[in-house]
Amino acid sequence: MFESLTERLTSSFAGLRGRKELTAENVEEGLREVRQALLEADVHFRVAKDLVEKVRERALGDERIKGVDASEQFVHAFHQELVELMGPEDARIQFASKPPTVILVAGLQGAGKTTTCAKLAKLLKEKHQKRPLLVAADVKRPAAIEQLRVMGERVGVPVHSVEGAAPPLVCTSGVHRAKEEGHDVVILDTAGRLHVAEELMREVGGLAREVKPDAQVLVVDAMTGQDAVQSAESFHSELELTGLILTKLDGDARGGAAVSLKAVTGCPVLFVGTGEKVEDLEPFHPDRMAGRILGMGDVVGLVEKASQEIDEREAQDTYEKMVMGTFTLEDMLAQLRMMRRLGPMKKVLGMMPGIGGMAKDLDIDDKHMNRLEALFTSMTPAERLQPGLLDMSRRRRIARGSGQEVGAVNELLKRFKDMKKLMKQMGKMGMGAKLGAKAKRDALKGMSATGELAGDAGGAGGLGSMLGGGGLGSMLGGGGDMGGMPVPPGGANPFEGNRPMGSSSTRKRPAKRKKKPKRSRKGRKR
Amino acid sequence: MGVLARLAARLGRTREAIGDGISGLFRGGREIDAALFNELEELLWTSDLGPIAGELCEELKRLHRRGELKGEEDVRSHLRKELSARLDESAEDPPQPSAGPLIVLIVGVNGSGKTTSIAKLAHRFTEQGKRVLLGAADTFRAAAADQLEVWAERNGADIVRSHKDGADPASVAFDAAKRGQEDGADIVLVDTAGRLHTQRNLLEELEKVRRVLGKAVDGAPHETWLVLDATNGQNAVQQAKEFTSAVEVSGLVLAKLDGTARGGAVFGIRDALSLPVRYVGTGESLGDLDLFDPGAFIDAIVPEGSGEGPRA
Ligand SMILES: Nc1nc2c(ncn2[C@@H]2O[C@H](COP(=O)(O)OP(=O)(O)OP(=O)(O)O)[C@@H](O)[C@H]2O)c(=O)[nH]1
Ligand SMILES: Nc1nc2c(ncn2[C@@H]2O[C@H](COP(=O)(O)OP(=O)(O)O)[C@@H](O)[C@H]2O)c(=O)[nH]1
Ligand SMILES: [Mg+2]
Ligand SMILES: [Mg+2]
Repeated sequence: MFESLTERLTSSFAGLRGRKELTAENVEEGLREVRQALLEADVHFRVAKDLVEKVRERALGDERIKGVDASEQFVHAFHQELVELMGPEDARIQFASKPPTVILVAGLQGAGKTTTCAKLAKLLKEKHQKRPLLVAADVKRPAAIEQLRVMGERVGVPVHSVEGAAPPLVCTSGVHRAKEEGHDVVILDTAGRLHVAEELMREVGGLAREVKPDAQVLVVDAMTGQDAVQSAESFHSELELTGLILTKLDGDARGGAAVSLKAVTGCPVLFVGTGEKVEDLEPFHPDRMAGRILGMGDVVGLVEKASQEIDEREAQDTYEKMVMGTFTLEDMLAQLRMMRRLGPMKKVLGMMPGIGGMAKDLDIDDKHMNRLEALFTSMTPAERLQPGLLDMSRRRRIARGSGQEVGAVNELLKRFKDMKKLMKQMGKMGMGAKLGAKAKRDALKGMSATGELAGDAGGAGGLGSMLGGGGLGSMLGGGGDMGGMPVPPGGANPFEGNRPMGSSSTRKRPAKRKKKPKRSRKGRKR
Repeated sequence: MGVLARLAARLGRTREAIGDGISGLFRGGREIDAALFNELEELLWTSDLGPIAGELCEELKRLHRRGELKGEEDVRSHLRKELSARLDESAEDPPQPSAGPLIVLIVGVNGSGKTTSIAKLAHRFTEQGKRVLLGAADTFRAAAADQLEVWAERNGADIVRSHKDGADPASVAFDAAKRGQEDGADIVLVDTAGRLHTQRNLLEELEKVRRVLGKAVDGAPHETWLVLDATNGQNAVQQAKEFTSAVEVSGLVLAKLDGTARGGAVFGIRDALSLPVRYVGTGESLGDLDLFDPGAFIDAIVPEGSGEGPRA
């Protein structure tokens, strides 16, 4: 249902490829497509309409860039407009000159307020060296206080509550306690309310007037539809909102509400929630969000994630082994696991442009990856190091052990051979010698040293090729599983050509690479 | 900044436009022109109908060109007809199995309204004189079982829960089903932790809960209901697709319909999956749950009768 915009534009601009100029006619068709995409991404009807007007002017106006492919410039215009609308990027919580800074958190029922309060407390504590106090002002939802208490414990932040008291009293006494105990931030978790419930809306307004919070944050579910506009408006008129937090972005919601919200309230999106755990709070990046809303995939996110999670040394080793021709099944397994550390396959693929929408229909889900891994783990270490040992009887044993057909084992071995052959060729071509150690690592990550996505430099080694050509891609693909996946063969970079405009070029290199975080299997499960 | 100010101003107008759009658009005596079609399109899209909004508008325009739509009365009745055709039958409470309790598994994304809907369902069935037992198989979210326990008390219903954080949800579900059978309960409602439909491993966990329920009581779960948040937009369609393919959802509960959101995404869901909407939630109190009534639902999108405005 959610065809990606890139796919759509590709077809509607089919006749336009290579043409250098946008004309009034071809622009209209493109505009219709983008408008549809925006609406399906839950951008409010009127906001979408306005955006289309803006882009029509922009695309046909004097800002036209000569020599740039028409469709690319067109998407670029939209992307830019969205980024401008949702920006600026450096949104922050303003601390009060005289502590404590009081932050009121409000929103509809089930938006994620309580969880976000705990996440915020953790972030302020760890990244800003604050001493927060959480205040349980939701006295309505059953066990809401207990929920905050448990979350507070998890992040090591005390939770203030007053048995049987109304929210204003709970909050004022909380602020009082903060002053006494030297807490410099107070976070008020309020009850969820629908904007049409007048009494409840007046209640939260009254609470704000009484407690005079320094920051008033609206928490909004990224899955929210057209109604985002009305509810944000009501909250904004009852409160003086200073910021927004968008939750549940770990799903596949396009999050068009973000654009509407910004338009209605003028408030910056401070953070986004990306999971149920207390550490799942991230800064908001308008350019990524724009790409997501337009269905172009979160390429920047993928690249950043890749550079954080792929272990440098490991990548270097693999690279060298590939080039030296000592690449074994053991290394292939390591590569597979490295890839999987990026997250569930669909999530990883979903972040890629042109693949995003299709990822769901592909058979590259985690079951598939599990089956692959099972083949490897059914081999003995010796077999993995010396694939030559794998005669028919061993192959049959492996097939039995992994609960699969012998064909699957053969297929894997064929992929392995292809991969190795490709590596050898690359080595012969002297690519290994030409590239410095750093370039090699970056090539493995699919990035060049300047932070641009690598083109051909990575050769068969790049992340792109893992999916496409010689690398992991051949483990995944080949047999037709990836049918129709628009990844160019032979290790070319699948990002080339359709990455969102204005992302990599305006983006600095992701901050220093972290060592891969140690995550236990259990922790990853949830 | 100019853009923002302009947008904000326009949105202000939007709200008014939508506000009386529903009544104003159909106030009678209006000619069918481009402006009317624009408003109509806005009305349908802002009800979260998604691509169906576009289809309906195209269709109306076609009919108009062929001269089959005379006045706005024709527009309204045609639209209502189209919408009813897509969402026809009204809902009923599920039948009791021939022996043993009816086991209902409740699933959905985070915060959609599962636990509260269970509380309301328990209330409804208790009022019908049935014995209800709740199973707190959300062992993941902080204080989730406590939340359900409060509702159980308010309903005078029994509850099976674990006091251990992170207990196996399937085993709590199993215990609940078994207890329901042994104690002669009529209905067992099993609450589960919210999960996004993109989390494969968590959908598999639900699959396991289903399997285990089947081991506890023959044919269980008899029903699996997906709770959707009516304020959600097009993502609800994805939710329905993914949950259905993972756990054979048999019906929908549409929560939070008491706001201004119209829940139009269910039309898209009907188109794709033909899942029936069973109940709608209209508030946070025990009584705020009703059987789904397509007529009333469509009224809220395209009101009936001329000059009267929307139904409250
Ligand atoms: N206004 C309104 N609020 C509702 C409705 N149904 C649920 N809620 C509220 O929505 C919030 C979330 O509801 P829950 O029942 O806890 O949702 P859940 O799906 O169990 O949430 P998790 O278990 O956290 O995923 C609570 O504040 C409920 O009171 C409804 O029909 N109308
Ligand atoms: N997947 C996901 N779930 C979230 C996120 N934020 C909150 N949740 C979940 O959403 C549900 C409702 O959250 P809660 O904090 O209780 O919302 P509140 O009713 O607004 O206080 C809970 O199940 C949370 O675990 C997020 O960013 N991603
Ligand atoms: Mg809460
Ligand atoms: Mg719940």
